[in-house]
Amino acid sequence: MIEVRELTKSYGPTVAVNKVSFDAHAGEVLGFLGPNGAGKTTTMRILTCYLSADAGSATVAGYNIFEESIEVRKRIGYLPESAPLYTDMGVIEYLNFMTQVRHLPKSDRKERIRAVIDICGLEDVIQKDIGELSKGYRQRLGLAQSLIHDPPILILDEPTSGLDPSQIIEIRNLIRDIGQEKLVLFSTHILSEVSATCSRILIINNGEIVANGSPDELASQAKGEDIVHIAIRGSQEAVEAELNELEFVSQWTHVETTDGILAYQINAAQDSDAAEALFHVVVKNGWSLTELRQESVDLEDVFLNLTDDKE
Amino acid sequence: MTNITAIFKKEFRSYFNSPIAYIFITFFLGISSWLFFRGFFIQNQAEMRSFFGLMPWIFLFFIPAVTMKLWAEEKKIGTVEILMTLPIRDSEVVVGKFLASFALLAVTVLLSLVLTFSVTYLGDPDGGTLIAGYIGLLLMGAAYLAIGLFASTLTENQIVAFILGISTCFVLLIIGEDFVLFNTPNWLFPIFSYLGLGAHYSSILRGVLDSRDIIYYLSVIGFFLYLSTLAVESRKWR
Repeated sequence: MIEVRELTKSYGPTVAVNKVSFDAHAGEVLGFLGPNGAGKTTTMRILTCYLSADAGSATVAGYNIFEESIEVRKRIGYLPESAPLYTDMGVIEYLNFMTQVRHLPKSDRKERIRAVIDICGLEDVIQKDIGELSKGYRQRLGLAQSLIHDPPILILDEPTSGLDPSQIIEIRNLIRDIGQEKLVLFSTHILSEVSATCSRILIINNGEIVANGSPDELASQAKGEDIVHIAIRGSQEAVEAELNELEFVSQWTHVETTDGILAYQINAAQDSDAAEALFHVVVKNGWSLTELRQESVDLEDVFLNLTDDKE
Repeated sequence: MTNITAIFKKEFRSYFNSPIAYIFITFFLGISSWLFFRGFFIQNQAEMRSFFGLMPWIFLFFIPAVTMKLWAEEKKIGTVEILMTLPIRDSEVVVGKFLASFALLAVTVLLSLVLTFSVTYLGDPDGGTLIAGYIGLLLMGAAYLAIGLFASTLTENQIVAFILGISTCFVLLIIGEDFVLFNTPNWLFPIFSYLGLGAHYSSILRGVLDSRDIIYYLSVIGFFLYLSTLAVESRKWR
């Protein structure tokens, strides 16, 4: 439903989005993950036809975003970052305005307004002015306006920012439900959010897509190795000789020695049951074991690795 | 058309949802009545010359106050991002907003008819001049509105929009004034005297509805609405 090819956009000398390409289809929840200022918002603004790009092309639901922008906009529901709303309007008045500019037939308007109020849990505030609403309700109203025309594509920029934990869970569940049939593209810089909600993750850094895949795929891609932390009381020479012998150990480092206890960090081949094997080695040599801990690489490491700017 | 209507309704209601409309109407009527009646009894003539004569200067401060928020506020609080990603053309939003501010002006001018009634009650003014005066007032007001709207598209700060609006209107107003025209080089004279916002209004006030004056105001409105659309679209320039 969305096809993006080599999209590039710069603000003066700063390249905000650099040759970004990806595809997305209905029934997917696509998480845009990246540190602040990575180009998530800019990409979304281009896709929603708010900004244009310097180069590249993109189609949304088969329409070119630069040439058929009105058609594209009809099919997108968009919630910008921090849910900007008209604070002097009433909640119903605002939704009603949205049904008009979204060209809903008069007969459906009431029904759609009722529907989005139900979906987004706005019953308690329908009498209020938007200016009186709490951050959480504003976010929900923002979501409600993006859903009012039942769009096939939903683009949400940091939909959970500024919400409390229970509201975050509500919004996530909502996104997952909507993503059953529609395409949802949402951005966040919170990691647990994507693994909890998304069927696919795009990690973006410095305007470039650095990873694209399901949460499990990304985690296993980066895995490759398990890391084992071990602390042994024994002779350093003997221990290190033994470590060199072990086949599954690709690399080890002596971390420290405290009170005769040697601490090592060992990189072992993936799925080699390294911890168990190391335990047997220790027992066989009659050393004593004070710590044995296996760490597997998860999304967080993937994210940190990919977005590390040091290189 | 439905788009323009929707934007128009939203903006017009927003004037009355906030104190802007009430403050505008009250102060405008208050100040213009005061200035009008002060002169009215001294001259002891049943005519509204002095009222209409003051308007270019009163509008100078009031109109940019009406238009300053139209774009600046949307940009400031970010609602422009939702607005401009709706399936509406930029020009439709510009026209809708302009018409809403024009409607507020029309309501205010309508309320100032109270002055006219009192003049008619106290004497027998020339009806034709009065009607022409009101048409001129609305045309000139609309031109000010278009200029103010354009100023508002240039910034996200309402105060800046207000001052930009006043300055632009001021310059366009004084270049047609005698004082400035006396000191302009000969080759600029016809241009300045044609472009001046006030001169055409004065000629309408004489009771002559010349199509040239009407065309002048319509062109000023069209030109600044076009500039506003360009300014709104400029976010998408490559």
